[in-house]
Amino acid sequence: MLLIECPWCGPRAETEFSHGGEAGITRPANPDALSDAEWADYLFYRSNPRGAHRELWNHARGCRRWFVVERDTVTNRIAGSFRLDEALPVPASAAGKQAEQGD
Amino acid sequence: MAAGQANRLPEGGRIDRSRPLRFSFNGKSYAGYAGDTLASALLANGVSLVGRSFKLRRPRGIVGGGAEEPNAVMQLGEGAAARPNLLATQVELEPGLAARGTRGWPSTRFDIGAALDGFGRILGAGFYYKTFKYPRAWWKLYEHVIRRAAGFGKAPDSPDPDRYEHRNAHCDVLVAGGGPAGLMAALMAARAGARVILADDDVEFGGSLLVGGDAIDGIPAMDWVARVVAELRQMPDCRLLSRGTVFGYHDHNFLTIAQRCVRESDIAAQDQARRPVAERLWRVRAKRVVLAQGAFERPLVFCNNDRPGVMLATAVSGYIRRHAVLPGRRAVVFTNNDSAYRTAIDLAGAGAEVAAIVDSRPGGAGAIEQRVKELGIPVLPGHVVSDVSGRRRVRGAGIARWTGEPWSTVEITLRIDCDLVAVSGGFSPAVHLHSQAGGKLEWSESQLCFLPAEARQSHDSAGAGNGRQSTGDCLADGLRAGTAATVELGLSRPEIEIPATEEVPAAPIEALWRVPAVKDADRCPKQFIDFQNDATVADIRLAVREGYRNVEHVKRYTALGFGTDQGKLGNINGMAILADALGKPIPEVGTTTFRPAYTPVRFGTVAGESVGELYDPVRKTALHEWHEAAGAPMEAVGQWHRPWYFPRGGEDLHAAVARECLAVRNSVGIMDASTLGKIDVRGPDAVNFLERVYTHNVGRMKPGRCAYGILLGEDGMVMDDGVMARLAEDRFYLTTTTGGAAHVLDWLEKWLQTEWPELEVYLTSLTEQFSTLAVAGPNSRKLLEKLGCDIPLDRESFPFMHVRTATLAGIPVSLFRVGFSGELAFEINIGSQFALDLWRKLMDAGREFDITPYGTETMHVLRAEKGFVIVGHDTDGSVTPVDLGMNWLLSREKDFLGKRSLARPDCLREDRKQLVGLLSRDGCTVIPEGAQLIERTGQATPVPMCGHVTSSYPSASLGHPIALALVTGGRGRKGETLFAASPGREPTAVEIVSPAFYDPGGERQHV
Repeated sequence: MLLIECPWCGPRAETEFSHGGEAGITRPANPDALSDAEWADYLFYRSNPRGAHRELWNHARGCRRWFVVERDTVTNRIAGSFRLDEALPVPASAAGKQAEQGD
Repeated sequence: MAAGQANRLPEGGRIDRSRPLRFSFNGKSYAGYAGDTLASALLANGVSLVGRSFKLRRPRGIVGGGAEEPNAVMQLGEGAAARPNLLATQVELEPGLAARGTRGWPSTRFDIGAALDGFGRILGAGFYYKTFKYPRAWWKLYEHVIRRAAGFGKAPDSPDPDRYEHRNAHCDVLVAGGGPAGLMAALMAARAGARVILADDDVEFGGSLLVGGDAIDGIPAMDWVARVVAELRQMPDCRLLSRGTVFGYHDHNFLTIAQRCVRESDIAAQDQARRPVAERLWRVRAKRVVLAQGAFERPLVFCNNDRPGVMLATAVSGYIRRHAVLPGRRAVVFTNNDSAYRTAIDLAGAGAEVAAIVDSRPGGAGAIEQRVKELGIPVLPGHVVSDVSGRRRVRGAGIARWTGEPWSTVEITLRIDCDLVAVSGGFSPAVHLHSQAGGKLEWSESQLCFLPAEARQSHDSAGAGNGRQSTGDCLADGLRAGTAATVELGLSRPEIEIPATEEVPAAPIEALWRVPAVKDADRCPKQFIDFQNDATVADIRLAVREGYRNVEHVKRYTALGFGTDQGKLGNINGMAILADALGKPIPEVGTTTFRPAYTPVRFGTVAGESVGELYDPVRKTALHEWHEAAGAPMEAVGQWHRPWYFPRGGEDLHAAVARECLAVRNSVGIMDASTLGKIDVRGPDAVNFLERVYTHNVGRMKPGRCAYGILLGEDGMVMDDGVMARLAEDRFYLTTTTGGAAHVLDWLEKWLQTEWPELEVYLTSLTEQFSTLAVAGPNSRKLLEKLGCDIPLDRESFPFMHVRTATLAGIPVSLFRVGFSGELAFEINIGSQFALDLWRKLMDAGREFDITPYGTETMHVLRAEKGFVIVGHDTDGSVTPVDLGMNWLLSREKDFLGKRSLARPDCLREDRKQLVGLLSRDGCTVIPEGAQLIERTGQATPVPMCGHVTSSYPSASLGHPIALALVTGGRGRKGETLFAASPGREPTAVEIVSPAFYDPGGERQHV
């Protein structure tokens, strides 16, 4: 069971949280302008990386706030938790891409 | 009383000779002592045959002394208290304990299946896969017979009477294993001021010292253990859990411990209702973990090595030293390392004759060999035990010269009569938890075992589990691990010296994975690797010949390591032999995956208190007691308990629902709708926000207006629905389905917080703060007027789909002119503390109208008569609003969640399933819900399906049954006939009609 740091409440057991999928998926400003393929990309496709993954968590049985967690999908190691209104550190994608190529 | 224990030594051991007791095995009574395990007591009584092997039904005896035991799998108790799958080596002996072997039919001693042994050549790896394939129709029969023959004991036949509990704990250092290394690590951490939990699966702390035991610090080893344990017990922040098996190492240093709390006899003595906790599950979050679980001795792989009387050397020492039991009179010790020489000394000391130590190493042992020779024990270096004779008990050992060639053939040069062969093939560290935690393993060529290497979580291994062999090395390694933990935690380091022990230099172990026989490896008598599953050397070689290369595949094909012991005894031998057959080094073959649980855990322990009433929380409305008093059966809707129907005078469901429906249609009914989700939405951007999530034009709603609203997922599928009311310019009140309340709130919050943080909107759940009383039927207005309402309720002042605040019978309420029945109706929202009072007043005032309380079933029928869907009942996650005929709800003027998806090609398909009504052609058959719809009867399977029935009820108002269904292109097919098919019934001819069966124009609710 993961130990997750809520940016507001501190470290709590995973059972207090719910998972919200990949972070950083922005809803298109004008969906009607998108092709079916572009809309499908937003709707269905996720990066599903091996390694660093930024994902949304909700402290559902606590303060009910959503926040971002960077978790390694191989080891489950959590690099950090971030509020939605704070600037995230340098995207892990750069490092993540190297790891993908390495595999 | 203790008579008959032929193998019991006259003195010594850690048993309590003042507490003799009797127990039974397979119905026969025996004597033992407190402090015995079931295994040691059986051995004391000379019971050498305890079970039959899984596949070949070979007679089997006790091999080990702990969790590695493959054969002595026992069944305790009967009926509800039956406990299968217990190891005799781990069962504490109890007065009156009644054990049975779990394998062997009709009995362990006379097993019909034993004839199978003769067919051993045919029953190789994959025999079942290859044989029981044809004909396919017989699969079920095969499975039945094979499972019956297999038999791992009997499950309880009724609910477990035992009590269990879960406990959460946090600590700085969790030490798994209370042997020399674990004790030192715990002592170091505790003295440094850390919060420590020390858990050991045995009854007593001490680990290997319980069976070994040279002096430590000049005192007997177990005295040293007692001293350390006493000190630890005094520490306020140190928790000692004996009988506690750390069985799972999960993410982020979360570990689970199963602790046996009371002995069987204590439980039996208790009143059923107030039984003590039988087993406790500890859920521990540790900052740092020290794994000191010791090592498992490996057997050696020679012909007939499974015969009763072939035992692990350390187990033999353990029975002698801990339980004062001598498992044999004339022993041969067979080893490839120094450790078993100590067993020879133990045997000699206990009065047994050690006929020979057969040591494969040409140079023999280290310094300990001299001590053995002084005792007059002959040593045969450079020799092996190639075969043993005897069937139900070892009778002799066949000795051959060891050439260093495992696959060569040898000649038996010497036969030694014996009734015990103590074997040692070296030690495999118990790396299970380390591996569960994601730690890597490293093969040690010098020690011939996998050692824990790089850790993934915050843990460390110590002692024999870390490849240390002597007691002194284990103590030192435990101190090192404890020190590392205190450093990691930033604590001060107390000075602790490594306790003094007497060390004897040992000679290195030699690789001896398979002992050569008189015939080649595929034709010699069986050489067992996994005793519980009868996996042999020949099986592994066969698997390789048949093309298996990966260790995980070989495991599944041969069943190696599949048993309840999970290969603790045989896996490493098996992997070494597989590596040899594949021509690869052992580390390249690797190990199979270690998963929790380390040893079997009772289901009750996993469930803990979450059984019966505590299985799931029950949510009750403010009116629950009234419903119960009225005799209403309850229906579980999620965690809510809702009244299903209110029977009068012996009515069944059908009669009660028919009466309730007619009451609503003709006069007035009242329902507790409090479980509907209620969300308060307020803030300057509330309209803007709701426009984005609801499909209709929210902005056009004036304060005081209600609207039916649906929520779509971004995929365009209907997610939830409910009535929305605009209470003020900046304030809305939403209702959701009963089951969707929590999800909708979370989902709205997610959009607000993650996507539109610039919107100032506040969401508050009011589900439990307010109760909802639905009053429906043509007399509902009269009823409220009679009760005394401070606002006019007539059609013009308070039209359909509007909301008003009012005072009803002197109580402040919100009145909604909405309903789910199609009748003139009011939903009264009231603070939950007033709900029961108002309900009673409504019932009193309604007597003149024969007011009828109704439950969820009537609510379902009434809405189905109107063609109103219930999300999650008539829809699943694949239904769009267009499929439901709700195009009128979809705004063309704005974007909303899911809108773009409705234009996806798949959502535009003409042949999507659409909501329709169905009428049975015969006018009387109630179609089963879930029935599949087909075009014609009499078609060959698989019959093409064109829809399914989602709701179906008899309708008292209409006088015939009705149904709702999702039918391919259904809206354009009105008047067509389909057939509703469900298993075991004749297909019913049905006509497709409009789903609005009753009052399709909606006049009745607008009055």
